[in-house]
Amino acid sequence: MASSTNVSNLIAEQRSKSKRRKLEKLVPFILAGAASISVLTTAGILLTLMVETVMFFSEVSFREFFTSTDMQPLNRSDPSFSILPLLSATLLSTVIAMFVAVPVGLTTAVYLSEYATDKARRVLKPIVEVLAGIPTIVYGFFAFTFVTPVLREIIPMLDRTNILSPGIVMGIMIIPMVASLSEDALSSVPNSMREGAMAFGATKFEAVVRVVIPAAISGIIASFVLGISRAIGETMIVTIASGSNKNLTFDITQSMQTMTAYIVEVTSGDAGAGTTAYYSLYAVAITLFFFTLAMNMLAKWISKRFREVY
Amino acid sequence: MTELSMKKNVSIQEQPEEERESVFEAQGVNLWYGQTQALHNIHLKQREQEVTAVIGPSGCGKSTYLKTLNRMVEMNPEVRISGNISYRGRNIFSRRFPVEELRTRVGMVFQKPNPFPKSVFENVAYGPKIHGIRDKQLLEQIVEESLKGAAIWEEVKDRLHENAFGLSGGQQQRLCIARCLAVEPDVILMDEPTSALDPKSTMKVEELVRELKETYSIMIVTHNMQQAARISDRTAFFLNGEVVECDTTDRIFSNPSDDRTEDYITGRFG
Repeated sequence: MASSTNVSNLIAEQRSKSKRRKLEKLVPFILAGAASISVLTTAGILLTLMVETVMFFSEVSFREFFTSTDMQPLNRSDPSFSILPLLSATLLSTVIAMFVAVPVGLTTAVYLSEYATDKARRVLKPIVEVLAGIPTIVYGFFAFTFVTPVLREIIPMLDRTNILSPGIVMGIMIIPMVASLSEDALSSVPNSMREGAMAFGATKFEAVVRVVIPAAISGIIASFVLGISRAIGETMIVTIASGSNKNLTFDITQSMQTMTAYIVEVTSGDAGAGTTAYYSLYAVAITLFFFTLAMNMLAKWISKRFREVY
Repeated sequence: MTELSMKKNVSIQEQPEEERESVFEAQGVNLWYGQTQALHNIHLKQREQEVTAVIGPSGCGKSTYLKTLNRMVEMNPEVRISGNISYRGRNIFSRRFPVEELRTRVGMVFQKPNPFPKSVFENVAYGPKIHGIRDKQLLEQIVEESLKGAAIWEEVKDRLHENAFGLSGGQQQRLCIARCLAVEPDVILMDEPTSALDPKSTMKVEELVRELKETYSIMIVTHNMQQAARISDRTAFFLNGEVVECDTTDRIFSNPSDDRTEDYITGRFG
């Protein structure tokens, strides 16, 4: 009894120390400060992009940028600016990447979540995730020095730099993301769904295709959309392996330049500050920014809209 | 002719319970989860158009036994089974009896309602679709009949295309029964189908079970002894993985032959 009174006295004494109170009042500010760093950075980037983009559009018309087909920013006598060639390259490489990442990623996810034994899963999942840890420069190198030569054996008309090979390699890079996120979505489908399906004589595969995947579809689609966003923003692989021809085409054997690769080319010194070519960077960057922003928002919306409550 | 029909009537009336054709027959069934034995030497019969209640304290193996009948228990890779179970004379563990076929004949209703995250219609049409029925009109007919069979048609007929999760727990469970009826099973296994439901929904499911036994053989696991007494023809009492006693429900509840059964049903343990 006596000791408990002592303890409560001690506690009361400690509580009344003003140092402790001050710290307590400071904590929310410190935390909010940390949180605001990323918000302010985003705002700052967006502001810079907008200011410079306005400069660009004072020199090049909106119409030329979005509807003409010629992109020759460094032509001294008659430069022309059009985002369409860059856009076509970005879209093509993204489509190719998703052709690789979606089927492979999804089947990997289904295998890991539905078929693999615990032991196999414990070994395989980290290996798949190692793919995500490889630096993109290594992937770019791999595309240029290995995949392209192999593809040229099969498709002789393939250019030495082309959009097909980096597209495929980008897909490989995205597989772990699609696989890992889809696997999370599949494993969160409760077992009672599988049991329910199989209790009517569905085979395991039928249960997976008709019940488990539809039940996890929001997470799966969100993983695809995030994969697309990743592909749109990917830079190193395309810079190395797809060349710098600003080609408006849908021929995947040709060399093309994506939005990201264009930014790399122009920032690495070819355009002096204050030139139109320099400002065009910002117009391209802001287009890129809106694309990935839209994709991320779409992913969020999908996973919210189609979320199943089990 | 009169004579013949007379004779027929007489024979039906005089046919003792024992002679109803058995649907499931378990002989010496043992089951292990890894090293732990969950079922010991089970001998049990399920007869046609009867409701058999399986009662017993938690962990006595009654759900395990039920899931053994449609081989769902084998979804746990650690399970080993010995002994013999025949379904209408066919060994259910035989290679020549695909498990999908068994499960089509033997439907199951689970403890917690587990509708799929789809519309009411799609939930019921799921089974027939799996088995290759595509005709839209036929599917609509099956869905309506199944929902009527599960006494839920009136409640959901205007919301067939809404998500099944919008239904109440009791409605979901009857939807699951409808889903089960849609493939026209022979036997329905029910694993504590009312333990997650309120008393009113429980009553509805019980009424439904009484109706369904006209057409189907039903085996129901329950914790609720009044329920067993109300709806079953026959009761099996499980204890520690063994069948202590299996007899007509009247006899089990009025004059059990084993003391342990009496102790359990009078609430002295469990």
